[in-house]
Amino acid sequence: MTGYIIRRMLQFIPVVIAATLIVYAMVFLMPGDPIRALSGDRPMSPQVLETLREQYNLNDPFLVQYAKYMWGVFTAGDFGTTFQGRPVLDIIQQGLPITVTLALVALSFQIVIGVIAGVLAAVYKDSFLDRMVQVSLVIVVAVPTLAIGFLLQLTFGLNLEWFPIAGTREGLVSYVLPGITLGAVSTGIVARMLRSELVEALQSDYVRTATAKGMRRSRVVVRHGLRNSLIPVVTFLGADLATMLGGTVVVETIFNLTGLGGQIFRSIQAQENTVVVGIVTLFVLFYVVLNLVVDLLYAAIDPRIRYD
Amino acid sequence: MSADSSQVPTTQDPATEQTTATNPWLPAVLSLIIPGLGQMAVLKQREFGLKLLIAWLVIAVGPTMVMMPLRISGTDVNRGAVTLADTVALAGIGIGVLIAVFAAVTAYRTAEPVSEAVAAERAADAAEQPALSFQNVGVSFNTEFGTVDAVKGVSFDVMPGEVVAVVGESGSGKSVTSAAAMGLIPQNGTVTGRAFLNGQETTTMDAAQLRRLRGSEVSMVFQEPMTALNPVLKVSDQLVEAMQVHGVAFGKDALAKGVELLELVGIPDAKQRIHEYPHQFSGGQRQRIVIAIAISCNPSMIIADEPTTALDVTVQAEILDLLRRLKHEIDTGILLITHNMGVVADMADRVVVMFQGQVVESGSSEEILLQPEHPYTRRLLDAMPTLHQKGDVQGVSAKDRREAAQPTTAPEQETVIEGKNLALAYRNNRGKPVRVVEDVSFAVPKGEILGLVGESGSGKSTIAKAVLGLLDVDEGELLIRGRNLPALKGAERKVARREIGVVFQDPAASLDPRFPIGDIITEPMVVHKVGSPKDRKARAAELLEAVKLPAGVINRFPHELSGGQRQRISIARALSLSPSILIADEPTSALDVSVQARVLEMFAELQEQYAFACLFVSHDLAVVDQLADQIMVLEKGRVVEQGHKEQILRDPQMGYTKRLLAAAPVPDPRQQDERRAARQQLWEAQGLTAT
Repeated sequence: MTGYIIRRMLQFIPVVIAATLIVYAMVFLMPGDPIRALSGDRPMSPQVLETLREQYNLNDPFLVQYAKYMWGVFTAGDFGTTFQGRPVLDIIQQGLPITVTLALVALSFQIVIGVIAGVLAAVYKDSFLDRMVQVSLVIVVAVPTLAIGFLLQLTFGLNLEWFPIAGTREGLVSYVLPGITLGAVSTGIVARMLRSELVEALQSDYVRTATAKGMRRSRVVVRHGLRNSLIPVVTFLGADLATMLGGTVVVETIFNLTGLGGQIFRSIQAQENTVVVGIVTLFVLFYVVLNLVVDLLYAAIDPRIRYD
Repeated sequence: MSADSSQVPTTQDPATEQTTATNPWLPAVLSLIIPGLGQMAVLKQREFGLKLLIAWLVIAVGPTMVMMPLRISGTDVNRGAVTLADTVALAGIGIGVLIAVFAAVTAYRTAEPVSEAVAAERAADAAEQPALSFQNVGVSFNTEFGTVDAVKGVSFDVMPGEVVAVVGESGSGKSVTSAAAMGLIPQNGTVTGRAFLNGQETTTMDAAQLRRLRGSEVSMVFQEPMTALNPVLKVSDQLVEAMQVHGVAFGKDALAKGVELLELVGIPDAKQRIHEYPHQFSGGQRQRIVIAIAISCNPSMIIADEPTTALDVTVQAEILDLLRRLKHEIDTGILLITHNMGVVADMADRVVVMFQGQVVESGSSEEILLQPEHPYTRRLLDAMPTLHQKGDVQGVSAKDRREAAQPTTAPEQETVIEGKNLALAYRNNRGKPVRVVEDVSFAVPKGEILGLVGESGSGKSTIAKAVLGLLDVDEGELLIRGRNLPALKGAERKVARREIGVVFQDPAASLDPRFPIGDIITEPMVVHKVGSPKDRKARAAELLEAVKLPAGVINRFPHELSGGQRQRISIARALSLSPSILIADEPTSALDVSVQARVLEMFAELQEQYAFACLFVSHDLAVVDQLADQIMVLEKGRVVEQGHKEQILRDPQMGYTKRLLAAAPVPDPRQQDERRAARQQLWEAQGLTAT
């Protein structure tokens, strides 16, 4: 098991290098000169220009720039500074809690609502309830995130005044609407996935054995059906949590949250390359670690899966 | 929470708000823990206490939690709406429900001994009362094609301690009948007539009453031990829950009883192994575990639905021995559903023969098996392939007749397929080869059949796979008409593969459901670019005639055909390129005996007509006896014994072959009694413990 984890960690290295290299290349090969953009319309003396370029290693060849940057990240945790001189780490530290909270709220919404809807639909297969669940899931998946966000703001924020409309000032409660918006699409997918898996599991021989023991239907479903149906759902949720970090761009904008998603969007516009690369590097690390966690979760769910 | 504290500005952190004077969480959490611990202490049942804890959490604390955000951040209107009073009220409701549940459970528990007294009373007159009784039971299903009567008025009894076998082919309604007694009929089915279990009518019971019977008074053992246990739960969990459901034993007691049960059914090291998962046990052991679960609540009736069909013959013999022993020890009635007349002869006191939903004949097993009256019973018995005994000359196979007609099979016949010191390996997930077959050599001349015999895991199918090129040859040579298949590359390999046809075990899974039959049969020709579309169509028609199917099926789809017909299509497909080698991997194991008999007959005729060399993989010695010329007996990837059929089957030299032969049951109760005794002697002589 430990050996397996170490092997997987070693596999991270090429993945992280490849992913960050691509991002680095894309960002730095973008047209336009960030230093000139910094000064706007005013002319800038060649000396100042040169000093700034030197300071941000902009005169080095691309690969050297990249190597210097990565060296800084992994030896000193130094993600560089913005062109205004603010440390990128500072920006990350400010935005990360917001984005992570948002993602976790969305994830819990997916798990709770998705699993409940999926189980109900599977247990009462082909009933009115099942149809209702299926139809509402299709609607949720089909309506764009943007529309869901505005709809929630309007209904629960503006009209009912149950939840704050925007910002994070009211703590966890302010994440409810953004979280639902962010998790809505995946909730539909989780529920449909779980439904089909569970329907299959409920027809299996071991569920018949459990029924023949005289167990209550509800207990049979939860104890014998559900756990066997969770593997694909866990796979999906793991991959989805990473995708959600990308989805935060839209949601953070709608709800005016100052998380990393909004930050990355603004930084691309402002050609703040170090910030973009810093955040993306973080996301890549997050993604690979999450994948490992998902794989380890498999083994926890299904004892037949062994890593050695 | 008081109205004052709810006036706190919304910007304040909820955590600090919690610390203000009236904290609703404290009473909620306390009221949660105390009853939970109380339950554990009073009932000494950890699991039950935990269940109450969770119920309590949902009922009382859940709403409180839902209200929290409203209190913290709601508008002026609803901020005052949820107060401490609400929390207390909810907690009050929760406690009320809790007490009600506790009272109900206690009442139920104390009511148990009364029913035991009734049971004792029942046991007194059990002698004349059947354990299970069917009176004119009928089952019909509403399907999209209209109403189908699966069972049409079936009546028979099973007395305590008696084994009644229900025999019939697929679709005869034998499984549906037993499911009707347990109330396990799917929703689209309707049951008529009456079924009684120990005098209680099960056909009129509601779900809760049926649940109380299932597992406690009647339990089931199913066909497929590999899937009958939940793969993600430990054996201990699955055994213990069976007892807890019916209140037989709880916690440590249940675990201890579980260990006892596993010892009873012959699982070695039960104390340690009970904590393992199902996949860590072999198929036979899993069936023993299923049986242990079935007997855990001392049922008066066990319904065993094809309990040994998926098992190897030697394991089948052991499981049947186990069931026989348990029947004596705990005196249960057994309803044995099977299609294997040998199993019937071995186990049953009485036999009920079912055909198309009706009982056509019933009586003692000697009557039915030795003097069958109904033509269907006779047909069933005739269809069963028999393993001829030493000096038994009455059964002469088609092959023997052919040999008699052509006195000598020419020794100069070309050797079509030859294996020389083959070692075969699977690659594990790190790409390292793991040898599963070692040092196997064989040679099959044109027109001969080599039977590969052995139990699961013996490597017989692995050899078939290697010949198909689906598996790497780790060592040795595999010659197809003199050319070494593993060494061939690309186009040459493809040409060599044209010589090989294949028929797999499961006719339902090996035909693509979206292909019409004509396309299925001619697909090998398309792959190898043989003939024009017109030629292919002609070939398909020709092959359909050869496998004795009407020409009209050419445009049908696989699901429109029966299992036997589908297997004929598989054979037609295998022959479409006129291969010189045919690989048949358990081709008739999934078929009913009467269908199997017809397919085997056809197979023999085709073999004569096309003169292919054949590797015939089978676990059924009787089938191999009927078809094969040579036999190779395999055990754990190695050859045990190899030679001419007569020598292997009539005069086996090795202990393993003897065991295989001794374990195969014959459809004659008296003979089977002798064979069983002889087998048990053999087992002991070879130092194996008989269960």
